[in-house]
Amino acid sequence: MITVDGVSKTYGGFLAVDDVSFACKPGRVTGFLGPNGAGKSTTMRIMVGLTPATRGHVTIGGHRYADIPNPGLHVGVLLDASAQHAGRTGREVLTIGAVTMGLPMKRVDEMLELVSLSASEAKRRVKNYSLGMRQRLGIAHALLGDPSILILDEPANGLDPAGIHWMRGLLKEYAERGGTVLLSSHLLYEVEKIADELILIGRGRIVAQGSKAELLQARGAYVKAVEHEKLLDALAREGVHVVPSGEGLRSDVEAIQIGKVAAANNITLIELRPADGSGLEEMFLQLTSDTQRDVVPDAAATEGAQA
Amino acid sequence: MTAATLEQPTLDLSGTSRIPMSRLTRVELRKLVDTRASRWLLITIGVITALIIVVFFLNAKTSDRTFSNFMGATATPQGFLLPVLGILLVTQEWTQRTALVSFTLMPVRSRVLIAKVFAALFAGLAAIVLAIGIAALATVLGGADNAWHNIGADDIGKFAILQASGVLQGLAFGLLFLNSAAAIVTYFVLPTAFSILSSLWSPLKKAAPWVDLGTSQQPLFNAVNMTSTQWLHLASGTAIWVVLPFVLGMIRVLRAEVK
Repeated sequence: MITVDGVSKTYGGFLAVDDVSFACKPGRVTGFLGPNGAGKSTTMRIMVGLTPATRGHVTIGGHRYADIPNPGLHVGVLLDASAQHAGRTGREVLTIGAVTMGLPMKRVDEMLELVSLSASEAKRRVKNYSLGMRQRLGIAHALLGDPSILILDEPANGLDPAGIHWMRGLLKEYAERGGTVLLSSHLLYEVEKIADELILIGRGRIVAQGSKAELLQARGAYVKAVEHEKLLDALAREGVHVVPSGEGLRSDVEAIQIGKVAAANNITLIELRPADGSGLEEMFLQLTSDTQRDVVPDAAATEGAQA
Repeated sequence: MTAATLEQPTLDLSGTSRIPMSRLTRVELRKLVDTRASRWLLITIGVITALIIVVFFLNAKTSDRTFSNFMGATATPQGFLLPVLGILLVTQEWTQRTALVSFTLMPVRSRVLIAKVFAALFAGLAAIVLAIGIAALATVLGGADNAWHNIGADDIGKFAILQASGVLQGLAFGLLFLNSAAAIVTYFVLPTAFSILSSLWSPLKKAAPWVDLGTSQQPLFNAVNMTSTQWLHLASGTAIWVVLPFVLGMIRVLRAEVK
């Protein structure tokens, strides 16, 4: 129901979003995954017309967002939970939304209850809210108009584990009722748990997209041996490429092949199993390591120690 | 994305009507009172209006306690505070980043801005009505001869023009700067600096009634019939100091990226 078609956005000479195309289908939760600064938020702002695209266009249910007469009734949007007037109470934030959309005031109470903000919390000013409470308020605001499409930027950010669990249930149920959900995150495990479809973006470009089942399909194997160094040498002789992973090793090849090498070399294995995660995780780590500088020297040091 | 465009369920908008301007205006009026800061600004306008009339009442001779004098006394403090109200109505959306929500719920941004104009004018009107009420009360209590002399609907009209133009100028500067401090400082400093300059520099002095808003608004204070030239002066000054910044600010907001 959301169609992004060849969208690009340049700031001066900097290409923030580079020819991005994807679609979000009804009944599915689509996770928009990428490190900070990858272009997720810019793409989402372009969807709702807050940022003009340099090229390409977005339609929502076949319409340009700006052409939807009372968009709050069709598309629930949460772009930044902190973008609320600090001096307004939580209830007032929802009331302004409800008045704009032309909804009865009981809708405000229903939404407060849905996101578990108590009556006394709703009376407090937003500046006294924790990030988690702001996220709940933002989700309540997005759901006010009972929309059939949700666009949420980092909705799990700041929620505690119980809150993330709650949101997962909420969005899953929403999608099961036929809703379309697009949510972004910079954390793989977060999206992995909620999303049915995944779109991976890095430096403005989509690097992978597909169903979660496809993308997370386990490839390769994880192995841990008593004779760690010996296994490394043996695998290297067989031309099997491995990378350190925790206390063991990860490889692209199937478990059976590593098992054979170990058996032939009398190596005692403590663990040998199909790798969980997949190439997606590696790809994501690679994308992330470019932007998170602090991770790189650590990884180099570990490799150096093992070499 | 050819595969995806194949199945593209459309959103049925037939049952949805456009958000009426009345509702958008109601929302903007609500924003004028729903925080402590905005509420206090309104209370301050009310209290100072009452206070200035009381002070004038106590210091004026009985013969000076006329309705037009009382109204005149409220012009200055209201003229200072109403534009601030206009400025904040715009800039709070950017300093508090609520524009993100406002323009998402109403993507036709010009409609939000028009609603702000209506709301600000409504607040200005309320301030004038309050001033008229308190001034009338003071006039009755004052007991001056000819207390209602020299006052007619046209004088109230001029008063309204003055305050409305102040509120709109505030909105305009807010739109132009999108920042409370910059807009307020510029609003107070720039026209005054220009007035001083035009009173000192002779070429500009001649043109002052046409280009200096303060000079062109002067006849609004005097209870005489304004000549057509004076009306043209007023139109010209208002075009330069209210309409032009409003149009430029509006263009800026319509094109801005909202983050």
